[in-house]
Amino acid sequence: MPLSDPDLSAIWLTFKLASLTTLILLLVGTPIAWWLARTRSRLRGPIGAVVALPLVLPPTVIGFYLLLTLGPHGFIGQATQALGLGTVVFSFSGLVIGSVIYSMPFVVQPLQNAFAAIGNRPLEVAATLRASPWDSFFSVVLPQARPGFITASILGFAHTVGEFGVVLMIGGNIPDKTRVVSVQIYDHVEAMEYMQAHWLAGAMLVFSFLVLLALYSNRQGKPGWS
Amino acid sequence: MTIEARLQLDYPAFSLAVDLQLPGRGVSALFGPSGSGKTSCLRCLAGLEKAGNAYIEVNGEVWQDSSRKLFVAPHKRPIGYVFQEASLFEHLSVRGNLEFGWRRIPRNQRKVRLDQACELLGIGHLLDRQPLNLSGGERQRVGIARALLTSPQLLLLDEPLAALDSQRKSEILPYLERLHDELEIPLVYISHSQDEVARLADYLVLIEQGRVKASGLIGETLARLDLPLALGDDAGVIVEGRVCSFDPTYQLLGLKLPDSQLQVRVAHAQMAIGSRLRFKIQARDVSLSLSADSQSSILNRLPVRVTGQRLADNSAHVLVSLDADGTPMLARITRYSCDQLGVHPGQALWAQIKSVAVLA
Repeated sequence: MPLSDPDLSAIWLTFKLASLTTLILLLVGTPIAWWLARTRSRLRGPIGAVVALPLVLPPTVIGFYLLLTLGPHGFIGQATQALGLGTVVFSFSGLVIGSVIYSMPFVVQPLQNAFAAIGNRPLEVAATLRASPWDSFFSVVLPQARPGFITASILGFAHTVGEFGVVLMIGGNIPDKTRVVSVQIYDHVEAMEYMQAHWLAGAMLVFSFLVLLALYSNRQGKPGWS
Repeated sequence: MTIEARLQLDYPAFSLAVDLQLPGRGVSALFGPSGSGKTSCLRCLAGLEKAGNAYIEVNGEVWQDSSRKLFVAPHKRPIGYVFQEASLFEHLSVRGNLEFGWRRIPRNQRKVRLDQACELLGIGHLLDRQPLNLSGGERQRVGIARALLTSPQLLLLDEPLAALDSQRKSEILPYLERLHDELEIPLVYISHSQDEVARLADYLVLIEQGRVKASGLIGETLARLDLPLALGDDAGVIVEGRVCSFDPTYQLLGLKLPDSQLQVRVAHAQMAIGSRLRFKIQARDVSLSLSADSQSSILNRLPVRVTGQRLADNSAHVLVSLDADGTPMLARITRYSCDQLGVHPGQALWAQIKSVAVLA
């Protein structure tokens, strides 16, 4: 067996983290993307920039600030402690929060582009056909934006699988809790276990390639988020 | 039922201020050049645009009253809207498109059935097709049927033919004429094509630069000398006559002018006595004479009275407005002939009509 039990458990944890993150991002990202695609507010620029920040910031910077705010002395950390929840740093929940923020632009941007491409007309048509705004969203926007949702899900999932810096900063390296595949590879290399590192790294490479292959062939060579 | 709309809309480079009073039946055409504000009017009626200062009342129901901050959302207005491009939902089949609005109105308000709408617009064979595989004309017909299936109290059409080539246009016009004849729904129709207006409209509103220049029944409005419509080479009047006789030997249909015993004859297939037929008399096809000279091939001669005259778009021609026992008409004659005849208001003359074009 080329993959050890800790390896498998890291893979399972990564899968869990990426799935949950993607799900949360679709729920949170959809309204944000909708707002960004349609608003004429002056806040559009600043909010769009904040959402896109993880694209350019080193993950360690995001991790550092998350550690500060979520930690025992941070304002969110103090709030969670006051509520009797303890702190979320160095826990799976902390990883999820970090991943949601870190992968946000990869979900919001394809959705925003899909919504923008639909334009106003189908919504006007739906309104003249007696559909309320909510009704129109579910019966017209969602089906028409389906390719955008597929792209957003794939990118959100894949990008979460690939995260390392943020995990290390706020999750640490706790088996079964925060030790995801990328961290596990790092551990193997640190411990000079090159063979194990090879298997895991190779698996990641194949996985990433397959994801991108699916994405690019589905969209006729045009990734939907650029 | 009437449609009343007072709208005031201000954009940086354009302002709209109109007061529309449209009849609650038949086709009202908003006619004017591109950018004159026709579409804005229609969008305000539909609630797709919210004029800052507006009062809209249709059939006794107030849809917008900015003085009371009242605004009925578009999906709560009983309208049908046909866009310039059919704008079908591409994720749905033709049937899905047609049923979209139909499903969303209460069962007891569904006055138009799917098969009726399909029959009326000739799209029954397209039901299982996808919108992307339809021709422009087919798409537009589906768009019209889709709007009809919401059993609207008012059907708004924004240049439904403008995006089509002339062949497709003539493919759809008969369907629109059927809507006009067979439905009791009032239509507000936007167009910048005189030809479409002539064929469809009963009531004409002339809009220019965001203002109403004139409005009234089409026969009267087209004959008004103070409007630019009358001055061009293409000027003419629209008359809706009733069939009163048919001559099978010469294949001539006799048509009575409205509220009059005067009649014109046109070469046309037989039609039931009493049915309505709309025709156009071009101003340039009407010549004037002092006597009922019958020594010519001209078929139609009507006694008329001069009501006014005006120089046409060039100084060689004059437009004379006439009254043929209640029906307004126009004659485009040379200024020379006008002087020779001594045309003056009140003068009794004979109008010789070279041709009568049957429209529908």
